[in-house]
Amino acid sequence: MSPVLALALQLALGCLALSMLLCLGRLVLGPRAEDRVLAYDCLYINVVLLILCLGIVYRSSSYFEAALLIALFGFVSSSAMAKFLLRGEIIE
Amino acid sequence: MNVSPPQWLDALTAGLVVAGALAALIGSFGLLRLGKFFQRVHAPTLGATVGIWSLTLAMVAQMSFVGGQPYVHAFLVAIFIALTAPVTTVLLMRAALFRARLRGEPDVPLTAGDPPGPDQSPPRAR
Repeated sequence: MSPVLALALQLALGCLALSMLLCLGRLVLGPRAEDRVLAYDCLYINVVLLILCLGIVYRSSSYFEAALLIALFGFVSSSAMAKFLLRGEIIE
Repeated sequence: MNVSPPQWLDALTAGLVVAGALAALIGSFGLLRLGKFFQRVHAPTLGATVGIWSLTLAMVAQMSFVGGQPYVHAFLVAIFIALTAPVTTVLLMRAALFRARLRGEPDVPLTAGDPPGPDQSPPRAR
């Protein structure tokens, strides 16, 4: 791996960690429930980005499956929370 | 024996990775910075489009070279996020609009297409 790519990967990992911290700030601050669900939505997308970045760092193909699983669980739980906010129950 | 990728491929990967991470950072900063929920809901889409696609392209480029064969199934992540992120956003927007109408906020339209006004009847609670 060339030093330019190594530096870029370090920079990207730092940016993504900072971005997750900003999402955590909105998750704590958020005045209403829908703000917190939106912050959770942004947080899981940042986690998927971070895992793809780690997959490039370690050159391993199993990180892709972890990213796909986290995207799947994030979608299911985030849409369940949005449905709960809309209706007051998830399965009618 | 492991051959290191050519210089242009590493430069391309570095550019894509930094662009994607910066897009996600700008989206999260907007999520923290913007004032109202209906403005805030726009910000995370930056990470869900530019961030996911550029990092997926970078991973496909690197892993295709390292593995010696096309690594196209990493596109599944990008396609999955592209299909599901709008669904979550639309559900969340509907929930937020419903709750804002129940709270009786003045600047929220009561039905789609009608201008907001004080003389309309309050929405029916389902």
